[in-house]
Amino acid sequence: MIAKTRILVKSQKVIVLSSLLLFMLFFITIFAPWLAPNDPTAVNLLHKLYPPSLNYPLGTDHLGRCTLSRILYGARVSLGFATLIFISALSIGLIIGLIAGFKGGWVDQVLMRFADGVMAFPSLLLVLGLVGIWGAGLKQVVLALIFVQWVYYARIIRGVVLSLKEQNYITAAKISGSSQWRIMMSHIIPNILPPLAVMGTLEMGWAIMHLSSMSFLGLGVQPPTPEWGAMIHEGKSYIRTNPSLMLYPGLMIMLVVVTFNLLGESLSERFGIKRRS
Amino acid sequence: MDQNILNVRDLHVQVKTKDGLSTLVQDINFGIEKGKVLGLVGESGSGKTVTSMSILQLLDRKNMKIEGSITLNGQELNGLKNKEMRAIRGKDIAFIMQNPMNAFTPVFTIGHQFIETIRSHTSLNKKQAKKLAIEVMQNVNLPDPAKLLRNYPFQLSGGMLQRVMIAMATCLHPSIIIADEPTTALDLHNQLLVLRLLDKIRSEYGTSILLISHDLGVIAEMADDVIVMKHGRIVEKANVFQLFDHPQHEYTKKLLNTRPTLQVEQQPITHML
Amino acid sequence: MSLLQVKEVNHSYDSKKLFKWKEPLNKVLSNISFSIEEGTCLGLLGTSGAGKSTLGKVILGIQRPQQGQVLFQGYDIYNSDKHTQRKLRRDLQVVFQDSYSSVNPRMTAERIISEPLENYEKLSISEKRRKVISLLERVGLSEKDLKKYPHQFSGGQLQRINIARAISLKPKLIVLDESVSSLDMVTQRLILDLLRELKDDFGLSYLFITHDIKAAFSISDSLGVLEKGELIEFYHSKDHFFSSENPVVKQMRNSILVEHPRFRHFRPRSGVTNKESCQNI
Repeated sequence: MIAKTRILVKSQKVIVLSSLLLFMLFFITIFAPWLAPNDPTAVNLLHKLYPPSLNYPLGTDHLGRCTLSRILYGARVSLGFATLIFISALSIGLIIGLIAGFKGGWVDQVLMRFADGVMAFPSLLLVLGLVGIWGAGLKQVVLALIFVQWVYYARIIRGVVLSLKEQNYITAAKISGSSQWRIMMSHIIPNILPPLAVMGTLEMGWAIMHLSSMSFLGLGVQPPTPEWGAMIHEGKSYIRTNPSLMLYPGLMIMLVVVTFNLLGESLSERFGIKRRS
Repeated sequence: MDQNILNVRDLHVQVKTKDGLSTLVQDINFGIEKGKVLGLVGESGSGKTVTSMSILQLLDRKNMKIEGSITLNGQELNGLKNKEMRAIRGKDIAFIMQNPMNAFTPVFTIGHQFIETIRSHTSLNKKQAKKLAIEVMQNVNLPDPAKLLRNYPFQLSGGMLQRVMIAMATCLHPSIIIADEPTTALDLHNQLLVLRLLDKIRSEYGTSILLISHDLGVIAEMADDVIVMKHGRIVEKANVFQLFDHPQHEYTKKLLNTRPTLQVEQQPITHML
Repeated sequence: MSLLQVKEVNHSYDSKKLFKWKEPLNKVLSNISFSIEEGTCLGLLGTSGAGKSTLGKVILGIQRPQQGQVLFQGYDIYNSDKHTQRKLRRDLQVVFQDSYSSVNPRMTAERIISEPLENYEKLSISEKRRKVISLLERVGLSEKDLKKYPHQFSGGQLQRINIARAISLKPKLIVLDESVSSLDMVTQRLILDLLRELKDDFGLSYLFITHDIKAAFSISDSLGVLEKGELIEFYHSKDHFFSSENPVVKQMRNSILVEHPRFRHFRPRSGVTNKESCQNI
């Protein structure tokens, strides 16, 4: 058992390391209230812009709030909502992709032309536009991101379904008397999972980036809720005097996005899957 | 001994696995004389392809250990550098593989690939190379060579493509052609055309042929001598008539017994021919 | 009544072009009629592109022909009610050429073979397992292979698994679509032996689609020759293949490589003389 684990760690170093890191981040997300030394929203103007100390391990911001606590709580917003976006976009994409791939014909045409329409816009621009229409706010940003993202899942899944449909074993299953539902559940879905795992991890990084970008622009998370993008936004006025206010949340975003991408890359290498360009 | 074009002595190929070295073929000894056809028979996994790949030095040297001596016209091939081997492959040894589709790049015309191959081994210019290509294709009875050269690989049938491939393989008059299951992907009629073509080249240019096949029909048709392989070893080596009439080894007998009953009943055969 | 009757089947593929009227229809099957009797094997010979595979699909009920009927046990497989269709489907199975692509790479041998059983028979887990084991043993594999995945089998073994799946419901007719064509000689022979045994044991009928005359000959009772979508010859006894005067059949016959050097087409036929003789057929 131990030897086996060692071999796994050795051969899949990147996958194991990045999974560990992500696991830690999710741990922080869940247990932030117990880990954070201070209340992230408690304003204390007397303590503003403190350097790191025992009370405030990473110092305080312009309103005297504990930076470390805000970063830990910020992980909740970033990772939590990114997961929400991921799951919703995946579910919508999965259903639409399966329908398009399986039904074919005009259903496929309509769905895929709509997806093409969404994909024709640069994703950030489309999100900005939608948020502009719906108004600023976390809910709107999340909805807009889901709306932009599901098409990528739908595309990939449709493609896989189409190529699987040509496989002899699907024909053989039909001839064995299997229903459409059964073919879907036991032949199609298991073969979709590897590309989905790869895509999912890569898109998680994408979602976190965009969520933070929106908050940085002041369109997403509204103060005083701690969020990394919003923290960078608030810290940018103090870039000359206290660059650390921007540095820490920036580093966190980088860390998370890079980890997700590394994981996705090595997973795709492992499964031999090409990802979207 | 010395009139052999190709000599393989004590060939032993091992592959590196998690649990150390694992042997793919061992104790392989044979030679091919000028203008002769040596047939190599065996089931899938018997080491036929590994043997041909080691002659061509196409095995992955990082994961394989290749021991023994392979000499072509007296020159040792085993251990030759990639660059030196590239000069030999295509010029002195030609290789014809099972699926001709894989041998051509789909994005270039046949002519482009044909001419490039000629030019990479000779000092001919484009025009001369094209002339040579057309000449060779005419020689192997390919219809309308000039037009064929302008086609893309997918526009030709498998049989046609295989014949173009043979034309390409022979235009530089190699001393030996290694044909690995050259007709397995073809239907009967095309199979016959391709085999006849190979035989024509053999008799006209004195090219030796190493013919690898699991099809006893192909071997019986073409070979002068036959090697039977099983589990990476040679179990029998004999003249083709000797082998089919008086097989020595048990495995050869078993192999011959797998032939369909078609020719056991003498009757149908006589009016088949 | 014949087990399977194919009546005047015509089929052409639609070109998928937007401007349909510009493309002539691609006729793949024209006026095909034949029948297969219970317990016999019909060999269907044809070169690549002769329409063999399409005909196989039509008979399997997965490609509705544009014209004509396919009657299986007296019922039209394309125009009968759902219930009958499901019953017919059970008696009609297939083994494809490419054994690797015919099985889901993520399933164990047990799951592959039990799929048809699960669809048609209500069996407990242990009954199902026992049945799968007996099927594995019937096709020359063993209980040890239950939990193996496709990549752990050789091509011949996988083809045995495909056969086990095909016979699991005790069908009446199995379509063998080039089922032995990509196997080496020895394996091919063993699979053909197995198929012949199963035919006798279960009273199966086969439609053996192939381009390999020797293989077709060794298993078929009757023979049909398909050329450019037409059934040009049909012999109730396969031996008539050798007396046919049809030019296509003659060419096929002349292309057979007999597996003995005495019957060579163009190399010298005796071992002693070494003169080059490039005689033509």
